[in-house]
Amino acid sequence: MLTFTIRRLLMAIPTLLFISLVIFLLVDFAPGSPMSQIPLTVPPEVRLKIIEAMGANDPLFVRYLLWLKQFFWVEPLVLFDTLFGTSHAHGMQRIVSWQSRSPVMDIIWQRLPQTLSVVGSAYVIGVLIALPIGIYSAYRQYSWFDQLGTFIAMIGFSVPTFFTGVVLILVFSVNLGWFPSIYDTSLRVTDWESFLKQVKQMAMPVAVLALYNAAQISRYMRSSMLDNLAQDYVRTARAKGMAERVVVLKHVLRNSLIPVVTVIALGIPTIFGGAIITEQVFKVNGLGALLINAIHGSDLPMVQTLTFIFAVLIVMFNLIADVLYGMLDPRIRYD
Amino acid sequence: MADGATPVLDVRGLKTVFRTRGGEVHAVNSVSFHLNPGELLGVVGESGSGKSVTMMSLIGLLPSPPADVRAGTVMLGGRDLLKMSADDLRDVRGAKVGFVFQDPMTSLNPVFTVGNQIMEPLIRHMGLNKKQAQIRAAELLALVGIPDAAARLKSYPHQFSGGMRQRVMIAIALACDPDVLIADEPTTALDVTIQAQILELVKDLRQKLGMAIVWITHDLGVIAGIADRVMVMYGGQVVEQAPVRELFANPQHPYTRALLKTIPSLTGEREARLQVIEGQPPILSGAPTACPFRARCAYAFARCEVENPERRAIDGRAVGQGHDVACHWTAEVAHA
Repeated sequence: MLTFTIRRLLMAIPTLLFISLVIFLLVDFAPGSPMSQIPLTVPPEVRLKIIEAMGANDPLFVRYLLWLKQFFWVEPLVLFDTLFGTSHAHGMQRIVSWQSRSPVMDIIWQRLPQTLSVVGSAYVIGVLIALPIGIYSAYRQYSWFDQLGTFIAMIGFSVPTFFTGVVLILVFSVNLGWFPSIYDTSLRVTDWESFLKQVKQMAMPVAVLALYNAAQISRYMRSSMLDNLAQDYVRTARAKGMAERVVVLKHVLRNSLIPVVTVIALGIPTIFGGAIITEQVFKVNGLGALLINAIHGSDLPMVQTLTFIFAVLIVMFNLIADVLYGMLDPRIRYD
Repeated sequence: MADGATPVLDVRGLKTVFRTRGGEVHAVNSVSFHLNPGELLGVVGESGSGKSVTMMSLIGLLPSPPADVRAGTVMLGGRDLLKMSADDLRDVRGAKVGFVFQDPMTSLNPVFTVGNQIMEPLIRHMGLNKKQAQIRAAELLALVGIPDAAARLKSYPHQFSGGMRQRVMIAIALACDPDVLIADEPTTALDVTIQAQILELVKDLRQKLGMAIVWITHDLGVIAGIADRVMVMYGGQVVEQAPVRELFANPQHPYTRALLKTIPSLTGEREARLQVIEGQPPILSGAPTACPFRARCAYAFARCEVENPERRAIDGRAVGQGHDVACHWTAEVAHA
C-alpha cells in the first residue's frame, strides 16, 4: 500500500504539471482583458505602464514559468514563514491578483473559512443524513419510507439549488423573518448570542446544499445496499442465526460502504470549489464567489491559481479514494 | 438407522406459497417427510421442483414477503419451528440446524476473515468468548481438512479455492454441533474431483459427529453413493420415497423411472442418444388439482387430469417408513 501511494504521488507530478499548463493556456486564450476594469479616462500610455507593471505583456512561457515558480516555490516558503516566523521568502514576488493587487493566497485564506463552514458542514450533514436513509430505504425497499425517501431525493436531485435557495429566502426570510437572507462575513463568534446568529445565517445555505448532497449520496447508498442484500453471503449470515441488525449493519453495510466511501471521498474537493451558485444566492463570500468575480474581472493569476488548487485537490482525493478502497476491500491489494 | 426411532426432524403438510404480481405460485404443496437420527436423506428433483424452497421454508430462511409458509408442522426437538417467533427461530438456525449452500464462491462474506465468519455462530449460540471461539474455529477448520488451520483463520475467502471455501462453509454449518445439517446442492458448483473430496469429507464427518443430513441434489450418482433414503420431488410435491437401494432397484413413479434412465451408462452398448424427459416442469400457479407430472407422463390417463394422487405405501409399511409413491398409474395399473 505504501509503495502504491508513493508511486501514485510521483505519477501525480507530471499529471498536475500538464493540468497547470492546460489551465494556463485556457485562461490566457479566454477573451477579456485585465484593462477592462480600468476606467476609459486613464490615458493609453498609463494603461501600458500598468500592464507592464503587472507583467501581463510578457511572453506566454515567461508568465507560465514565473507562475510555476511562484506557486511551487515562493508560496510554500511564505506559508513556511508564517507558520514558523522565519523570513525565507523575503523580497520574493508572490502571485498577485490583478484585481485587488494583493497576494492571491492571502485572499484565498480569507475566503476559505466561509466556504468550509457553509459548504463543508452542508456536506457533512448531507452525508450523515444520507447514509441512514439509504440503508433503511434499501432494507425496506418499496415501503412508504423508501417511497418518500425516493421522492425527496428526486426533488433534491432535480430542483436546482438557485431555485430551492430563493424559495427558502422567500419563505423564511421575507415572509417569516426567521433567518437573514444575506450571509454576514464580518460576524465574529465570541459568545452564545453571536454563535446563534452564525447558526441562523448558515441555516438556509447549509439546508439547500445538504439536501442536494443527501439526495445524491442516499441514492448511492441505497443501490449499493440493494446490490448486497441480494447476495448469497447474506443468506449464509441468516442461516447462522445472526440477528437482523448484525446481518444488515455488519455484513451488508461493510460491503455496501466500499463504493459509497469512494463517492464521498471524490466529493470532498467540490467543497473547496465552493458552491458557486448557492454562495451567490445567499451572498456568502466564499471561494466560489471569489472565482466568479475573478473570471468577470479577467483576473488571470487568481483564476489560474484557484482552478489549479481545485485540480490538486481532485487528484489528491482520487488517490485517497483508491487507498480507502484498498483498505475496505480485502480483495484489492495494490502491492 | 432403525425406522422406529424418533425422528430428529418431522415435517408434515408443509405448504409454501410465493405471492407475485402474476398471482400466487404454489412452490411447496403438502410436503411431509421425516429425518431419523444419523440418517442421510437424499432429496432429488429437477430445478424448480421445490427441493430448496422446502428446506428453506422449514427454517424461516425465505424472504417474506413474497414467501408465505401457509400450513404444516415442522417438529425439531419437540418444538414446532413454524410456530416459533423470529427470535426463537434464530436461536435454532446455525445452532440446531446447519446450512451449506450451493455456491461457495459467493456464500462467504468477502470482507471478513474466514475465522471471523466461523467464530460468529460460536459466539452467538455457544456463548464462547473471542479467545475460546478462535480455538474452536481452528479445530473446526482442521476437522474439515484445511491444513495449517490456526493460520488460515486470518485469511479472507478470496484466498481460498472453491473446494476450500465449501469446506469453510461446512465448518460454519457444523460449528455449533447441529442435530441436522441441510446441504443444498453443496457439490453442484464444484468440479468433479473436488466434488468427490467433499463427499468423502461429509461421509467422514457423519461417522465422527453423527448428525442427520438432508442432501439436496439433482445428481442421482451422488445420491447412490451417499444416501440412506431418497425422496424424489416434482412440482412442489414428494412423488416417491424409498430406501436408496430399493429406489434404484425398484423405481415406481414414472418420473423416477425417467430420471434413472437419464443417467448415461458407462457399461454395455452405447445407446443412440442420451435419454431426456421431454417437456418442462410445471408452473405451479394455484393449488394442484391434478397430477403435476401428467403432461410429461407416458402413462397418464383420465384420472391423472382430475385428481392429485396421494402418497401410498406399496410395501405394506406406513407412508414415509418404507417405499411409497404418489401415482394413480402405479396404484391402478402396475399394482392392480
